[in-house]
Amino acid sequence: MAEAPGLPDLSARRSRLLGTGDRRGLILSTTSTVMVLAVLAAIFLLAPGSRAVRTTFFNPTDMWRALVGDPKAGYYSVGEALWLNIRMFVIAEILILILALVVAVVRQSTGPVLLPLRVVGTIYVDVARGVPLILVIFAIGFGVPALQLRGVSSESAAVYGVAALVFSYSAYVSEVYRAGLVSVHRSQVAAARSLGLSGSASMRYVILPQAIRTIIPPLLNDFISLQKDTALVGLLGSIEANKAAELYSDTTFNYSSYTVAAILFLLLTIPLARFTDHLIARDQARRLAGARLWTQRTPAPSPVTRAS
Amino acid sequence: MDAADSGSVAGDPGFVTSTDGVADAAGAADGAAAAALRIEQLRKSYGAEEVLRGIDLAVASHEVVCLIGASGSGKSTLLRCVNLLERIDSGSIWLDGQLITGPGVDQNLVRRHIGIVFQSFNLFPHMTVERNVTLAPMKVLGLSRAAASARAAELLDRFGLGEKRSDYPDRLSGGQQQRVAIVRALAMRPRLMLLDEVTSALDPELVADVLDVIRELARSGMTMLIATHEMGFARDIASRVCFLSGGQIIEQAPPEQLFSQPSDERTRRFLRRIVDAGRM
Repeated sequence: MAEAPGLPDLSARRSRLLGTGDRRGLILSTTSTVMVLAVLAAIFLLAPGSRAVRTTFFNPTDMWRALVGDPKAGYYSVGEALWLNIRMFVIAEILILILALVVAVVRQSTGPVLLPLRVVGTIYVDVARGVPLILVIFAIGFGVPALQLRGVSSESAAVYGVAALVFSYSAYVSEVYRAGLVSVHRSQVAAARSLGLSGSASMRYVILPQAIRTIIPPLLNDFISLQKDTALVGLLGSIEANKAAELYSDTTFNYSSYTVAAILFLLLTIPLARFTDHLIARDQARRLAGARLWTQRTPAPSPVTRAS
Repeated sequence: MDAADSGSVAGDPGFVTSTDGVADAAGAADGAAAAALRIEQLRKSYGAEEVLRGIDLAVASHEVVCLIGASGSGKSTLLRCVNLLERIDSGSIWLDGQLITGPGVDQNLVRRHIGIVFQSFNLFPHMTVERNVTLAPMKVLGLSRAAASARAAELLDRFGLGEKRSDYPDRLSGGQQQRVAIVRALAMRPRLMLLDEVTSALDPELVADVLDVIRELARSGMTMLIATHEMGFARDIASRVCFLSGGQIIEQAPPEQLFSQPSDERTRRFLRRIVDAGRM
């Protein structure tokens, strides 16, 4: 298979994708990548049903119409509907980051007084991870309105959808947090406590910042997954991108709208992945080079020197 | 050199909040005002293994006491107990005449007054040198950023680390890291410094720098309890040397006496092994 260019570089301390040296390796990997893609394209184009698939899934006219929408014809714009996914994602993400942290800290606590909370936390994580997200969405999305409680039973489907996402994802993310907390060596706790910092101050200034650096990649991984799972909220009737695509195909019997939705989701997730890489690289560079991004006391930041 | 800087004369009373004044009463009763630190019948076990088996030790103000002994003899555990990082099983510890191991003692308050430096530095890797040093003064003592920075700058300059203040720890040599760790502890102006084999993780050529720092601290009058494998260093810095074995203090004496005429057979055997290993 094709090797991503510069992949071996990743293990080096200061990797630069496509960076230093090895021009021959770069040429080789590019060639092999192009060849593999060409073979895949050929298989797709030469398949017996290729023409039918292309008309049904990749018709440019349908794709454009699905993207912009046409209310008079009875379907929504997939592009506009994506805005709902983005809002649901952002709100859910913030709530998840907070709730998951609370759960993780509670589960990592050691005090005997907090035992009941630890038990609750453990049960919550077990349940929330064990029940399929789609069932949680149905349970909250149809169950809460059915309760006819004042104030909480008359929200829009998107609100219940977000609640379901938060319920389910916080359990996963709390485990990610927990892994991060455990990864910080005990000696760091000892050093912080020995200076007179309280348990919570040690957590806030010493443990958590280090834990979060460690868990950014798995955390972002979960959020990429969350971005896609906002599509499930369409099951409750919210017109998000996937639902809009579905309505389009129901009306026109063409599935190109789904392709549009897929591309839009890709456009959302790829920047997030690149952003993660950027954060990791920046953190590493700063720590290795002693560049000052946080403190402003010296006027000129020292140039990022290359430690070879 | 500024004596106030070293924190050797901190002397502010009442650092132990006791809910009921029991600690004060106990401390005042024995009248040993000169002892900065006093330990009585300290016992500590990890599971079935008893690591400290009845330690009695007093350290006077401005005294430098070195703990020597084989690995596993209990030196590190003793220091960690004094800093309340380990829960003791029985016995008592007094700091400036106040019981710090009793009920109602605010551990965080006690630890402000006891600095500890670890074998493995334990600097905070996500903070610059300056932030490492200013964190506790700001968050624990409530100093302003400016005041904490000034205090840090003074200490860093004094120990030749002024230029490193904006670096992150992993850019520093082991010796520099350990000196930063010492400065970090000093920034709290502790009453007592505990040094736990602070040169054991260092390359040999870096040891001297760190030992010089400790010598300077001793000259400035800092009260210190030092666990060390550096016998030469213990000999010329210590007011008193304690030999630990099997969780007990076997023998304690001024260095010239303990190193030249040890009275206990176990001390003699230990010192002979050190000499044979070329470490003295």
